[in-house]
Amino acid sequence: MAFDIFLLEVILSGLMTGVMYALVALGFVLIFKASGIFNFAQGVMALFAALALYDFLAEDGWFFAVFGFTLPVWLAIPATIVVMIVLAWVIERTVLRFLVKQNEIILFMATIGLAFVLEGLGDLLFGSDVKPLDIGIPQGASDWLLDSFNLYIEQLEIFAAGTAAVLVAILAIFFQRTRIGRALRAVADDHQAALSVGVSLDKIWVIVWSVSGIVALVAGIMWGSKSGVQFSLSLIALKALPVLILGGFTSVPGAIVGGLIIGVGEKLAEVYIGPIVGGAIENWFAYMLALVFLLFRPQGLFGERIIERV
Amino acid sequence: MSAVAKTNSESLLVVNNIEVIYDHVILVLKGVSLEVMKGGVVALLGANGAGKSTTLKAISNLLGAERGDVTKGTITFKGEDVHSLTPNELVRRGVIQVMEGRHCFEHLTVEENLLTGAYTRKDGRKGISDDLELVYQYFPRLKERRTSQAGYTSGGEQQMLAVGRALMARPTVILLDEPSMGLAPQLVEEIFEIVKRLNEAEGVTFLLAEQNTTMALRYANYGYILENGRVVMDGEAADLAENEDVKEFYLGVSGGGRRSFRNVKAYRRRKRWLS
Repeated sequence: MAFDIFLLEVILSGLMTGVMYALVALGFVLIFKASGIFNFAQGVMALFAALALYDFLAEDGWFFAVFGFTLPVWLAIPATIVVMIVLAWVIERTVLRFLVKQNEIILFMATIGLAFVLEGLGDLLFGSDVKPLDIGIPQGASDWLLDSFNLYIEQLEIFAAGTAAVLVAILAIFFQRTRIGRALRAVADDHQAALSVGVSLDKIWVIVWSVSGIVALVAGIMWGSKSGVQFSLSLIALKALPVLILGGFTSVPGAIVGGLIIGVGEKLAEVYIGPIVGGAIENWFAYMLALVFLLFRPQGLFGERIIERV
Repeated sequence: MSAVAKTNSESLLVVNNIEVIYDHVILVLKGVSLEVMKGGVVALLGANGAGKSTTLKAISNLLGAERGDVTKGTITFKGEDVHSLTPNELVRRGVIQVMEGRHCFEHLTVEENLLTGAYTRKDGRKGISDDLELVYQYFPRLKERRTSQAGYTSGGEQQMLAVGRALMARPTVILLDEPSMGLAPQLVEEIFEIVKRLNEAEGVTFLLAEQNTTMALRYANYGYILENGRVVMDGEAADLAENEDVKEFYLGVSGGGRRSFRNVKAYRRRKRWLS
């Protein structure tokens, strides 16, 4: 019985970590779907968003230095969303607009450059020290679960899972039910045709980068609350890669399921295979899994099937 | 080219001596002029690579996405210069293109495809849902398949969908590129019948690029023939269909047996090289 509880704990904690990966992967999927760009800067965007949010909240930030007061959480989050939208607009104006007609690889290179610029900008504006982000998400283990089921689960992770669920629901409604959402999917399917019916690509790109910036903010909040806002936050983008390969680059549900599989797989592997090979396999297990997937199902679990009529 | 036959109706779209260059080096259109009257069906004919599609894209300004550029000449719609407008603004003003090869949004349902056509409209849900019904009236087959993914519909249905999607924008003029491509003759006829009905009942003006000269001349009222990026001949559709040279070179029916090379040269001489 004790063993079962332990297994359950490992799986649950894996699922929760998986949700956090999925949040990052989601940002990639949105941009990739709408523009075919693999946005290397997604992780840095999460870092940048967390830094900006911290800046609105803390007394050692720019905002406090300029205005003499800090914002409450419920104002700081919308303010950061505005920052991310402005950022998306600036990126479209200064980078994407000039590269629209170029090859995808060139756009990818541009996002690498963008990652470095954003990283430097974040450092320059907010400093590079580790900042504790506290927006009032409950920390520590959930007492209720511990008492009644003898399960040890972080409250933050439960909160993250809930937030992710809400976020995905909102995104699903946005994509399926709204005019702009439909246009986004149309652009993802066929740029040219979307252009021909009067969809303005510039506008769509600003929107999709904004949405992706907001998703990055959510990811930034969760990871920032967990381990502080610091440069390494941008590296979780690398963990999103195997998630994307598993789930498929173009699928929102894929990003979620992929994240969960990676999260659970990683934890299980660490606990049950780890001791055999000397431990510390959590760091690379995800990539192994992704490699296996590339061999057998390169489009991922939920990747868009290529429609071929005969 | 002031010699374009002037009918008494007003002209809607005037293309005046345009030159189009792709990638800064490839000269595709070498001075094309044409005029589309309000309520007309104008056919743009010619072989592969003659510049039909490019002419349409120059008008709808989809050229930009293919690194093409109108370097000379003017394009006016309702008397206003529209050459530097984005496709988005052109659709708002009533000029929409149905691209060659249909280009439906494969992963969207048929109905979603149609609704995307109404993207630029600002007149509210009522108008859009009325037009959706109208499109379904013209294309009952689309109504049957409204919930299936467009990528899984047949070629004919996709062509209908592409035309229906353009209609949803409430256009004044539809630039229809190669509607017959890859379709069975019976379907081609069906599509052209609908074009005719749309033209008569809804007052939509059509400029269509077509390789199927027979079919195009049967349904159009005016035609232009392009060769190597130039207009070499134009006239009333009925006249063109009776023209011996057009019959020989584009309709594949020659009057009396094989013609000699001398006659070919005579045809060449008759063509207007400078437009």
